[in-house]
Formats: sequence, C-alpha cells, structure tokens
Amino acid sequence: MFWKKTAAASAVAMMSATLPQIALAQEVGLDERINQAIAPISNVIAGTMFYSVPIAGTEFPLIVGWLVVAATIFTLYFGFVQFRRFGHAIALVKGDYSHPEDAGEVSHFQALATALSGTVGLGNIAGVAVAVSIGGPGATFWMILAGLLGMASKFTECTLGVKYRNEYKDGRVSGGPMYYLSKGMAEKGKPGLGKVLAVVFSICCIGGAVGGGNMFQANQAFQQVVNVTGGENSFLAGSGWLFGLIMAVIVGVVIIGGIKSIAKVTEKIVPLMAVIYVTAGMIIILSNITMVGDAFAQIFVGAFTGAGVAGGVIGALIQGFKRAAFSNEAGIGSAAIAHAAVRTKEPVTEGYVALLEPFIDTVVICTMTALVITISGELNSGLTGVELTSAAFASAFTWFPLILALAVVLFAFSTMLSWSYYGLKSWTYLVGEGKGKEIIFKLFFCLCVIVGASMSLGPVIDFSDSMIFAMAIPNIIGLYFLMPVVRGEIKQYWAKIESGEIKKVK
Amino acid sequence: MTDQPILVGYDGTDAAQRAVEFAGKRATAEGCAIHLVYVLEWSPYSFLSTQELEERHQRRTEELSRAEKTLKPALDALNKLKIPVTSEVRYGHSGELICKIAEDKGACQIIVGRKGGSTLSARLLGSLPLTLVQASPVPVTVVP
Repeated sequence: MFWKKTAAASAVAMMSATLPQIALAQEVGLDERINQAIAPISNVIAGTMFYSVPIAGTEFPLIVGWLVVAATIFTLYFGFVQFRRFGHAIALVKGDYSHPEDAGEVSHFQALATALSGTVGLGNIAGVAVAVSIGGPGATFWMILAGLLGMASKFTECTLGVKYRNEYKDGRVSGGPMYYLSKGMAEKGKPGLGKVLAVVFSICCIGGAVGGGNMFQANQAFQQVVNVTGGENSFLAGSGWLFGLIMAVIVGVVIIGGIKSIAKVTEKIVPLMAVIYVTAGMIIILSNITMVGDAFAQIFVGAFTGAGVAGGVIGALIQGFKRAAFSNEAGIGSAAIAHAAVRTKEPVTEGYVALLEPFIDTVVICTMTALVITISGELNSGLTGVELTSAAFASAFTWFPLILALAVVLFAFSTMLSWSYYGLKSWTYLVGEGKGKEIIFKLFFCLCVIVGASMSLGPVIDFSDSMIFAMAIPNIIGLYFLMPVVRGEIKQYWAKIESGEIKKVK
Repeated sequence: MTDQPILVGYDGTDAAQRAVEFAGKRATAEGCAIHLVYVLEWSPYSFLSTQELEERHQRRTEELSRAEKTLKPALDALNKLKIPVTSEVRYGHSGELICKIAEDKGACQIIVGRKGGSTLSARLLGSLPLTLVQASPVPVTVVP
C-alpha cells in the first residue's frame, strides 16, 4: 500500500520545485508553517524508525529487517505453515467447513475480502514500479520471497486477533493487536508489558491511520488525478484543497453519516477494479507469452547477480523486501483488526485464511505488475512509481492510464475507509467508547484528508508513514511472546479434525 | 391426514399473506400441516465494510427476531384454523433454500405469493416464483 520513501521523495521534490513561487505569492503559506513546526519532531521520529545501515553501498532500513526476520522466524516455528496449509486455507474460504447454521454471520471469505481491500492498493501498482525501477527485475524475486515469508506473520497475528478479541453483550466484536497484546501478555504473566505494548501500538496505529492510511493516500490520489487531467495544465493543478474537500466530504458522509450505500458502491467497485487490473495484466502477459520465459530469466539472474543495479544483489534484495513489507503489511498488525470479526469457534482457521492475503497481494498482484513492466520494456524509460506502471500498461492498452487513475482514487478511498476504522478502534481503546469521542476522531480524520491532498507536507507524510511501521515494533514483540499460544491452537484444532469433531460440511 | 406438509414461503408482504391464506384452505382440505419458511437473502461472498463486520452478529440477531415477529400473525392465524404449523427463519439464497427445505421436510407442495411485478430487474434476474417453477423438486403453486 505504501510505495514510500523514494516515491514520496520524488513527489516532494516535484512539489518543492513549485513551492518557491507559492511561498513568494503568499509570504509564508500555511503549509510552510505546518512544515516548519512539525519537521523537527518528524525528522527525529522518521530518522529513528527508518534508521538505516549501509550494506554493500545501499542503505538498509532496519525496520525492514525487523519485519523480514520476524516472518522468517514464524515460518520456521510453524513449520512452513503457508505451504502445508495452503489447501486447507482455500477450503476454509470456500466455506467447506462453515456450518449452515452460521449463515448470516461473517464468513471467512468476507473477513478476507475486507482485509484485502485495505491492503491492495497503491503498493501493488506504484510500489512495485519503484522496486523494479531501482532494484531491477531481480527485485521481484526477493519481493516474492518476502511475500511468501510474510504469510506466516499474517497467520500468527490474525489467529491471535480472533483468539483475544472482545465480544460485547450486544453482539459486536472488537479485536486486534491492542487486545491480544494486553490480554495475551497478561496470560503470560506480563500484564504491565502487555499494557505498554498495547498503548504504544494504539498510538502508532492512530498516527498511521491519519498519515499513511489517509494523508498519504489523499496526496497520491490527487497527484494521479492531476497527471491524467493534463499535468501542470490541469484545471485541478493547485486546487488540492478542493479535491481534498470533496474526498473529505465523501469520507465523512460514510464514516460519520453512516451512509452505507457509498461504502457499498466503492467496495463493489474496488474488487472489480482489482479484477480489471489483474485481467489486463494477464492479457498483456499471455499475448507476450514468448517473452515471459525471458522475463523470469531476467528476474532470476537479476536476483542473484544484481546486474546493473546500484548495490548489486543486496540492492535488488533490499528493494524487493521493502516493497513486499510496505505492500502487504504482514507483521504491522492492521489486518488482525479486520480479521477479528469472523464467526468461528477456532481462531486458527482465520489465521489460515489470513495467510492468503500476502499471497494474493504480493505473490500474485505485485508479481504481475512486475512482469508487465519487465515485458513492456518501459523499465529503461527513466519513469518510476505509478507513471511507470501506467506507461507499461499503456504500451498494450492506450486507454489504460485513465482506468488506472480511477483505480488509484478508488483504492485510496477504500484504504482510507479501512484505516479510519483501524484508527478508530485504537482511539476507543485508549479513550474509551462513546459517540462523542468517536465523532472527534472521525472529524479529525476528515480534516486530515483535506490537509493531505492540499499541502506538500513532506515531513508530515514521513512522520505518519514511520508511525505505520512503528506499529510493527510492539506488535512483533508481542507475537514472539505469544507464538506458543498459536501453536497450542494449531494442535487442538488438528486434533479435532482428526477425531472427526470438525468435519467438512460440503 | 398426510405427514407431508405444505411449504409456504413467507416474508410478511401482502403477497405472502395471500399465499398463507390459500395454503390454509389447501391444508384444511387435505388435512396436512404447514411449514412456513422465512428466508433472509444472504451470500457468504458478499462484501462488507469493517464496520459491518464488527456489527454483523448483532444485526443478525436483530434480523432474526424481526423475522420471528413478522411470522407471528401468520402462525396465529393458522393456529386459529387448527392447522398444525411450524416455521423456520433461514439465511441464504431463497430459491435454493426453499427447494432444499422442501426436500428435507418431504413437503407435498410449495406455495408462494407473487408481487405481480413485471419490472426489468425481475425479468433479468428472475424472481423467487420463477426460480421455484424451474428448480423445485415438488409441485409449486404461485398465488397471484
């Protein structure tokens, strides 16, 4: 979802080129003042979060290592659960184990689809383009590897999300890292540490929600709309506030007004967009089937030789790992909030279903984007980000950039809706539930849409992005403590399957 | 007296009311029971927002109790006629479910009302009576 740093940096560079004129025109603009106020804090936080060590001439952000190492540990600890139980995960999603009595409750499929709509987005379109433009085709290989490993992280966090969720008297359910960190750690005899981790996670999640899940999305959606409507000559250029205002009103109508129809329409169109995107990609790949072998050869050779890439093999590896982690959010903890609502007696079933998420997001969709870019030959065009993907698809379908722009706006919108919920859940965890308290957060969230679209807030975006990755620190610490709980869940679940207590119903 | 009940699709609308009245007469004449089925349209593959996921269980409970309440007058009316009557509320695809329940219960026939709509959507997507006429394992009566 977050095609971060480099793309953001280039966007900032682009914007700062136009900034002096604006600054001259209105002396010190509001955005400039906000920038100045927030920059010192944001720089420290972003600098700490993205603390990088130089490896083979390339900067390697430690947080990416933190995510990949965790994913590897979970993969080994659960004995390659993502491969062994892949078929079982598909059976669960199909409803093979869903009792007919439970019809009308949230199904595995629904929980997965909703969680996916929060992660599939800009990262799959633009993030991949950034990865291959910097890391070469070889970055794709490492991206796939990181995606496969990430499946184990998702499995772990979503199992815990269901196990330690809160079920209220009125029938609502609420789950996520804040609950498994506090309740799970208390079970482990560390209630204090659990509480601290849960609070830190919630704070980071709120920051991530209004930042990467909101301002960044609004900002990038606006950029893309300006690009397709004529770039600098666009009638929208410089009217980011207007775009932001419209977006904010629509978001507000949905999250404050409770108007479900808009959310419904979006959430019908978003999967459709994803299908159109994947279909277009598949058509391009199939019509160039003779080149696919060569593309895979480039991907493999690139992965182990790093030919023509700054930093060689390590450079390609870093780019691939980074994009995978930024795109599928495995280990961040956000998906556990969405998955927690499923109706199941066995938490581990939702874990199995959730492991499909990084697979679809990274291994399928991101790889497809990478293949299209490699096949199209646009890789050496000097473009990057969403423009590169756009050009690659345009080489086959000239009208595609328009569809892509629409997709970017819709993905941004659905990502905002998902994150408004994640943020709200963290907010109510901290301050308690209540209509008034919820409205405050929702209004603030809408305000941030306008801010995100209208201002060139490089530091704010950096800050909020770092908050999303900061979520991974308390979350993964908790996951290390709680992995034995998940193993226990697996054991008792398979015992029930073997004894015939849990049977296929279809 | 036959132990094969008449299955009636019911959703509280006027059309369903007419179906119940008609079924009442048939049941009295044939001396059989009536089984009312209230289907709440539902697909496990539909798309829900995060908020809806959270509230789903709560909503389901509400929907079920509302459906039971809607069934009540029909049940009372049939009881008054001394017809043995049972009922159930289910989630799913109405056509498929009614056919399946008819088979499971060994129903002698299915009676449903029709709203008399000839709208484009009914033409294109099909309506419950049409589906039943096409797919039912037992005779179907459609009450206008």
